[in-house]
Amino acid sequence: MRPMRPNQIIGLTLIALVLSAAVIGTFWTPFDPLRIDLRNKLAAPGLPNLLGTDEFGRDILSRLMAAAGTSTSISLITVSFAVCGGVTLGMIAGYARGAVDRAIMMVNDAMLSFPSMLLALALLSITGANKYGIILALGLAYTPAMVRVVRGAVLSLREREFIEASRIMGNSAAYTMLRHLLPNCLAPVIVLATTMFGSVLLTESALSFLGLGVPPPAPTWGNMLASARPHMSAAPWLGIFPGLCIALTLLGINLFGDAIRDRLDPRMRGL
Amino acid sequence: MTGPLIEVDNLSLSVAHRPEFIIVRDVSFALQPGEILGIVGESGSGKTMVARSLMGLQPQGIVVSEGDIRFNGVSVPGMAPAALRKLRGAQIGMVFQEPMTSLNPSMTIGAQLEEPLKLHTKLNRTQRLAKMVTILKRVGIDDTAQALKAHPHQFSGGMRQRIMLASAMLLKPALLIADEPTTALDALVQREVMELMVEMVRQDQSAMLLISHDLPMVARYCDRVIVMRQGDMVEEGPVDRVISAPTHDYTRDLLQSLPLRGPARELAAAPQPMIEVRALTVDYRGRGGLLGRGALKRALHPVDLAVWPGEVVAVVGASGSGKTTLGRAIAGLVPASGGQILYQGQPVARNAAYRHNCQMVFQDPFGSLDPRMSIRQLVGEALRHDGLDRGEVTARVTAMLEEVGLGAAFLDRFPHELSGGQRQRVAIARAIIRNPKFIIADEAVSALDVTVRARVLDLLSDLQRRYGFACLFISHDLGVVEQMADRVVVMRDGRIVEQGPRDAIFDAPTTDYTRALLSAIPTFERTETGVSLNWRFASAGENASQDKAPI
Repeated sequence: MRPMRPNQIIGLTLIALVLSAAVIGTFWTPFDPLRIDLRNKLAAPGLPNLLGTDEFGRDILSRLMAAAGTSTSISLITVSFAVCGGVTLGMIAGYARGAVDRAIMMVNDAMLSFPSMLLALALLSITGANKYGIILALGLAYTPAMVRVVRGAVLSLREREFIEASRIMGNSAAYTMLRHLLPNCLAPVIVLATTMFGSVLLTESALSFLGLGVPPPAPTWGNMLASARPHMSAAPWLGIFPGLCIALTLLGINLFGDAIRDRLDPRMRGL
Repeated sequence: MTGPLIEVDNLSLSVAHRPEFIIVRDVSFALQPGEILGIVGESGSGKTMVARSLMGLQPQGIVVSEGDIRFNGVSVPGMAPAALRKLRGAQIGMVFQEPMTSLNPSMTIGAQLEEPLKLHTKLNRTQRLAKMVTILKRVGIDDTAQALKAHPHQFSGGMRQRIMLASAMLLKPALLIADEPTTALDALVQREVMELMVEMVRQDQSAMLLISHDLPMVARYCDRVIVMRQGDMVEEGPVDRVISAPTHDYTRDLLQSLPLRGPARELAAAPQPMIEVRALTVDYRGRGGLLGRGALKRALHPVDLAVWPGEVVAVVGASGSGKTTLGRAIAGLVPASGGQILYQGQPVARNAAYRHNCQMVFQDPFGSLDPRMSIRQLVGEALRHDGLDRGEVTARVTAMLEEVGLGAAFLDRFPHELSGGQRQRVAIARAIIRNPKFIIADEAVSALDVTVRARVLDLLSDLQRRYGFACLFISHDLGVVEQMADRVVVMRDGRIVEQGPRDAIFDAPTTDYTRALLSAIPTFERTETGVSLNWRFASAGENASQDKAPI
């Protein structure tokens, strides 16, 4: 293995930090993240509340830690959902072409024509506003973009001669897709998945803002950010810390995604 | 007035800020007004870099590290950008390799031809138009009014190259640089464009620098030739002298790499053909609208063909002749619209024996290998259905790699680490590792450099002899076909024009088309004293060209 580059180390460190915060947050937090203490509301960062308290006097650090698990797991599962669905459908559409392609892409384009936010709202009204409803709704809303990207990559790849060579060797369509097409269209998938991860974090917070996210009082980074808005001038730390968590997680995921993409590509190994 | 037009003195090109990366080393030559000079070399020889640096157009980041280029006595590397712009177009014209991309697809021909006139002359609109009409007539486009209004996509490749030539010659430049001007064109069109180019250059008394990998082509049209190899100029001199008495080993190697016809082979008689094609037709469906389906386009008219065991059958023809479609239909990559393909008398559809015994070697060694798989995986994949364990697979793959001249050291390398020739060896190894009875080679050596091509061809015919597979060898390169084939099939517009034993086709073709095809390319023939340059059937078939007028 060749040594990691600085940005890969930063990416991994950030992800490790977030994950450990998420794991620790499920067992232990400095204070109870749900305990309301109105005498101590909107306290500035300091002791004993390291990152201050919110408008109900709840400890922000504890809430951030508790939210880490919820927020990252929602994003992670949603993105995995979109990747699995998008890659499967996109690959089938691109490889089969013809009627199958037209059928898949017609539905897909219809879904793409709605803003993903609106689509998620519509789906949430069916699934109900809870963690699993959000994952399902956002997952479905984000799949079409992935389908498009994968289908595009497959369409250009399948004209390459090594795909024909695989057919000549007598390999089945399923084998050809898994062994030859999938690895070669991973690069755009990883790039899209990492940007999607950030987008899901933010959409989840927007949903919270509309009251359709993870229902209060359970904290997520998104709904903490949303509820910080009225107190922006009086207590900026309410918004700064969840925002910082989201930003650093995104940075970590993006750097990590690039690192995976380069590791998986034999052409990059020698560099 | 008299001095040389271009003087290149000890020119070295290297990567900027990294003088240790030298692209071109110590090249010197002079070009007299009106002279035609050829630069021959394989890919990476630096021939294009030298040509581009003559007008200061070498890629960004590559600089003249030593030496000088003088155009009419003025140093080109020292020129200010404004002076360089005056030089380009007006004094030095250029024709590029790829006529499909060197014209702007969104501008009419008229607008593109007018551009240099506006830039470099003070003519008014009527005078410009008159000049454009004259030059189009000179390159053989008669319907000039139509042509000026047309867009590039309405023209064939050969016509586009004529238009490129027209725009380069419009200002009567003192020097025309032609960088592989006919490499992308079919043989018949190649000859027409080359001859037109030389004629125009002679009429205007311009000098010409012809850059090509094709030694016979350069030898046919140039006065002097420079041979380059990996950035070095290895030989320079009058064409006749370089061909008849090369001084450098590499030039000798190049000359020796040219394909050569061997004696005809006697094939053992067989009871039935390996592959038999009966009235095979292939139709492609054009793009339809939203609801309607596109019209059918016939790529292959009923074709009958037989390939006997151990026989190498070459299919030749211009692009669009259906030769590739024929190969792909036999391989099962394109569905046949009609007719039959029989393998040892059995239909090939869902025929497992056929699937195992028909393999293919593709043209592009960069595209036919999955970039994410190692050589071990690539070649081993062919054995996937044989139920071997890993050790056995590795052993077979290693043995096969040895056979194609690569060896076990290549097992864990990836395609991007290999040269074009090595990749094509891997592709060949993959095709024959299961000992198939029939191989389809679609332009298998066309993308390779001359010397590499010769070695891969030798390997292929050696393997063919030892393994005894039958081979459908699809190629546009008649020299290669002459070396490889037992029998030759000539195709045109989706039909077989002529077929027969190699010697009959090459020595006594019965159709005008075959004769024109054979006479389009200059070839070397080996004589006792060395090599001599020839046209085949020099007088025949001038009118058989396919390059029809546009629109």
